[in-house]
Amino acid sequence: MIFLTRRATFSASHYYWNAAWSEEQNKQVFGRCANRNGHGHNYTLEVTVAGDVDPVTGFVADLKWLRDVIERDVLAAWDHRHLNLETPEFASAIPTTENIAIAAWNRLEPAVLAAGGAQLSRVRVYETPEIFAEFRGEA
Amino acid sequence: MRAFFGRRYLISASHRLHSDVLSAEENRTTYGKCNNPYGHGHNYIVEVMVSGAVDPETGMVVNMAVLDEVVRTKVIGRFDHTNLNLDSYFVNRVPTTENLCRAVFELLKDALPAGELENVRVEETENNFFEYRGE
Repeated sequence: MIFLTRRATFSASHYYWNAAWSEEQNKQVFGRCANRNGHGHNYTLEVTVAGDVDPVTGFVADLKWLRDVIERDVLAAWDHRHLNLETPEFASAIPTTENIAIAAWNRLEPAVLAAGGAQLSRVRVYETPEIFAEFRGEA
Repeated sequence: MRAFFGRRYLISASHRLHSDVLSAEENRTTYGKCNNPYGHGHNYIVEVMVSGAVDPETGMVVNMAVLDEVVRTKVIGRFDHTNLNLDSYFVNRVPTTENLCRAVFELLKDALPAGELENVRVEETENNFFEYRGE
């Protein structure tokens, strides 16, 4: 089995806020991320698929196909958007890096499954070069 | 939902690779430039990865401020701007990056909640890195 990873970047704004909590509790837990005017990041998304090498093409997956899936299913919805205010998954869930990784997985999985080839293996999201979260589809 | 959270930290430190069980000649052959008697230094990147269930209230695996404080207290405060050869962990161990990686893992494993620490990666330069998962 070979693992193939494609990187993509998107820029978006967000804030951390739990509506069930007081303003004080939000500020205590989330610090500067609780600023309701929001702030933004240049995110890097790494999508890894795994599978056997096709004996005819030598590919695990066509990189152009994977790029197009990422572009259509993730970047078109998130790039240059406010995650809290403009994306359905973060209308209720807090757009932490962890939740962004899970949401990216959920957006990508149908197209990868439908293609019937390589399996989605992991999604890693870098919020900054120093902070990242990863989801491997585990319950 | 189980997810992973990773964070990268910087440690600047000096070291000299030298084993007391090898002769001077063997040390020079084994470690080359790294055996220079006066030592040398690196900007090490320490990448700490933890895992756990995503808390539905916070959307987080771990509160980064809490993780930062543990790493700052246990690892950065101990090794940053020091000579690794003089640290007690390296009394009987050569301060290779393999051993530094293990030291960081062991120090953090004891300080973090059980089962949380997944992987420690230490990058010595842009071109080499080491990982330890407690195996």
